[in-house]
Amino acid sequence: MSFLSYLINGISLGSIYAIIALGYTMVYGIARMLNFAHGDIIMVGGFAIFTIVSTLNLPPLLGILVAVVVCTLLGVTIERVAYKPLRGASSLAVLITAIGVSYLLQNVALLIFGSNARQFTSVITVPNLKLAGGKLSISGVTIVTILSCILIMVGLLLFINKTKTGQAMLAVSEDTGAATLMGIDVNRTIATTFAIGSALAAIAGALLCSTYPSLTPYTGSMPGIKAFVAAVFGGIGSIPGALIGGVLLGVIENLSKAYISSQLSDAIVFSVLIIVLLVRPTGILGKKITEKV
Amino acid sequence: MKKNKVLVQNSITYAIVIACWILMQLLSATGHVSSLMKGLMVPLCIYVILAVSLNLTVGILGELSLGHAGFMCVGAFAGAFFTKCMEGVIPSVGLRFFFALLIGAAVAGLFGILIGIPVLRLKGDYLAIVTLAFGEIIKNLINVMYVGLDSNGFHFSIKDTTSLGMEDAGVVIIKGAQGITGTPKAATFTIGIILVLITLFIVLNLINSRAGRAIMSIRDNRIAAESIGINITKYKLMAFSISAALAGVAGVLYAHNLSSLAATPKNFGYNMSIMILVFVVLGGLGNIRGSIIAAVILTALPEMLRGLNNYRMLIYAIVLIVMMIFNSSPKAIEMRSVFMERFKKHKTTAKEAA
Amino acid sequence: MAMLEVTNIGISFGGLKAVDDFSVSIEKGQLYGLIGPNGAGKTTVFNLLTGVYKPDTGTILLDGSNITGKRTIEINQEGIARTFQNIRLFKDLSVLDNVKAGLHNHYKYSTMEGILRLPRYHKVEKAMNERAMELLKVFDLDQEADYKASNLPYGKQRKLEIARALATEPKLLLLDEPAAGMNPNETAELMETIRFVRDKFEMTILLIEHDMKLVSGICEKLTVLNFGQVLTQGDTSTVLNDKRVITAYLGE
Repeated sequence: MSFLSYLINGISLGSIYAIIALGYTMVYGIARMLNFAHGDIIMVGGFAIFTIVSTLNLPPLLGILVAVVVCTLLGVTIERVAYKPLRGASSLAVLITAIGVSYLLQNVALLIFGSNARQFTSVITVPNLKLAGGKLSISGVTIVTILSCILIMVGLLLFINKTKTGQAMLAVSEDTGAATLMGIDVNRTIATTFAIGSALAAIAGALLCSTYPSLTPYTGSMPGIKAFVAAVFGGIGSIPGALIGGVLLGVIENLSKAYISSQLSDAIVFSVLIIVLLVRPTGILGKKITEKV
Repeated sequence: MKKNKVLVQNSITYAIVIACWILMQLLSATGHVSSLMKGLMVPLCIYVILAVSLNLTVGILGELSLGHAGFMCVGAFAGAFFTKCMEGVIPSVGLRFFFALLIGAAVAGLFGILIGIPVLRLKGDYLAIVTLAFGEIIKNLINVMYVGLDSNGFHFSIKDTTSLGMEDAGVVIIKGAQGITGTPKAATFTIGIILVLITLFIVLNLINSRAGRAIMSIRDNRIAAESIGINITKYKLMAFSISAALAGVAGVLYAHNLSSLAATPKNFGYNMSIMILVFVVLGGLGNIRGSIIAAVILTALPEMLRGLNNYRMLIYAIVLIVMMIFNSSPKAIEMRSVFMERFKKHKTTAKEAA
Repeated sequence: MAMLEVTNIGISFGGLKAVDDFSVSIEKGQLYGLIGPNGAGKTTVFNLLTGVYKPDTGTILLDGSNITGKRTIEINQEGIARTFQNIRLFKDLSVLDNVKAGLHNHYKYSTMEGILRLPRYHKVEKAMNERAMELLKVFDLDQEADYKASNLPYGKQRKLEIARALATEPKLLLLDEPAAGMNPNETAELMETIRFVRDKFEMTILLIEHDMKLVSGICEKLTVLNFGQVLTQGDTSTVLNDKRVITAYLGE
């Protein structure tokens, strides 16, 4: 039974990774950039909810809503101010700028909220589920997390395949030049992608902080890196890849924490990533890139 | 004619470093150096070595590495481990430090080769994430490692000190997350500067030699390099492992500048690797002198801003973003070239008028 | 014994036969043309000859030694050098360093000797500089030796690529559309250069080209490739007057 509960918790953690990884993957697929600041958007979402719920004593649902709005606006603003001027510049320049944005967000949060960890009140009030005569208990947060991940994934796939904006996103990720020629507004499409990714980061923030209820300006950093690993793992640019990568990562992390060593779990996660990339250099679902001579 | 130009450029780079050293000596002799500044001198040398060596991988070989701090970590622990073990055998601290530097470089270089062989097949962002992963793995492993020494030799464990099963007289050298304590503080600014000069000597001479040409040809066009018979794997590994070995030297220097050495996210985590990468990119890819200047300014800047306390990292972040946009945005580059053109025209017309 | 003896090589990509049953025999010192419509598989043949792809079938003999299935760098060391359809220079290196990179396997000193600036470094670098300048002079590039390669005008970039290939001291030189993107004057000059290279270095040259003026002007023999297969081969004038060749190019 304990194995099952570790597994379910792993899937839950993995679902959070998957939601964050979606943001990485979509932005990478469309703008070909590693948005290092993505993890910090999660933290901003967390603090937005914290302010609404714990400081202002308003309902959690409103907190999530505000967080989504704040993060979406923030994501679009960052893209507009910091990344858009660098379109066409080397990917390394964009990467360093993203790192700068990450520092910026962390330090603004540090100034406003200080470096002490804040106790986050869970925004999820679903009761725990007892199975197998009480032997297996699944927390409400876990259930909500996994369900949200599935919902988001289905919604996103529908959005991309059924709407015009979604199709435009696909076109831009396939070939930016050709998409422009077909009359697609590339700038708007990229902005939309950042908006969606950041909104998802806000939701991920709510789920993450409800699972691990301690909030600091650096809260988003490590989950951000892990989600980035998950995105690469699944094949960066691929939406189902983000799901597979995220869930696998969460499960591996939780099982190795439970059965091998809690201190070594990160090392194990990263080792698995390396092995996967050595066997499949572009991740599990990544497209093979061949260089034409 | 071209060779002379290179020689002049390199001499200027060496001269800047030596001038810095002389200046600091003068300032400290006349008592103009604050204790804060003094404490910063060795770290500055460490960052310069790290930036110059990372530039070899990122600027000269053209591969993005986010794991440079991992090699520094390996070098630091290998060097400090040696110094601790040889406490009784080599009594001279200086001599032990010297050997520790060689050993730190060798072990980090070896790790560079071991990691490079599988990893250098990957490209671009994938290589970046894998090097980041390796850096984290190294840090993680060192944090759970316990090594002790007694009359029976070395004892290893990944659990705790008691499971080492040592005699009572044994010494625990690496104590898990606490790392290594009691390394002599042998590093000085002068030693740091000498190591910076040696690093520069190796990197600059490598770049301007047959091997350096091979490495840069791979960066510029791998397929063409292969077609003229250049062994891609060999030269990629060479650049990567020399870069790792030099990071190892920086690590040994780091370890001997503190009395206790532990692998934390702050000193050997990916954030450190990223910080060094920032030096390299702002200094200019492949521009060794630029790396030195960027490392010095960007290390000194937050310290100078200490008076601003909480705002200093914020200012740092904003400066970073603005500089990147100003340096790399296609629009900014265009505007600058237009401006330069006008400036030149202005100058020539002024000359003609005169 | 021919310099290059290719027998029945072929390769397929995912069921599609890109090159099928291709054979050719090129004598030492010959200027040989490989022509055919777009997508006929000409560059694939070059990639097979230089080890970028390994042939599924057939054998390749260079000056009598079997190089089938060897790696690109081994094949270069055996004596095949090439240029590329889309120019592949070391764009951030100087013109001189591009050629010196080509000399890599013929002028050697160890990395240690290079770092420590031992006497052999100075001696070999001096010899390398001399040799590279000699080659640049052949292509009238010696004045631009210090330029960054990417700053050269297009026509000179093509020439530099040939100079770099020659620096590896090949027995066989493969030129992939050397006249692509050139105006008639540049093409005429290039023809002179190719002929000159053949005569001065006693080089065997196989070239892919669409410019019929260049092909008929300098190639002694031709092979026509169509849909991955040899349509015909023989003396230039005979081949160019072949009805099948005209049909392949212009359609019925």
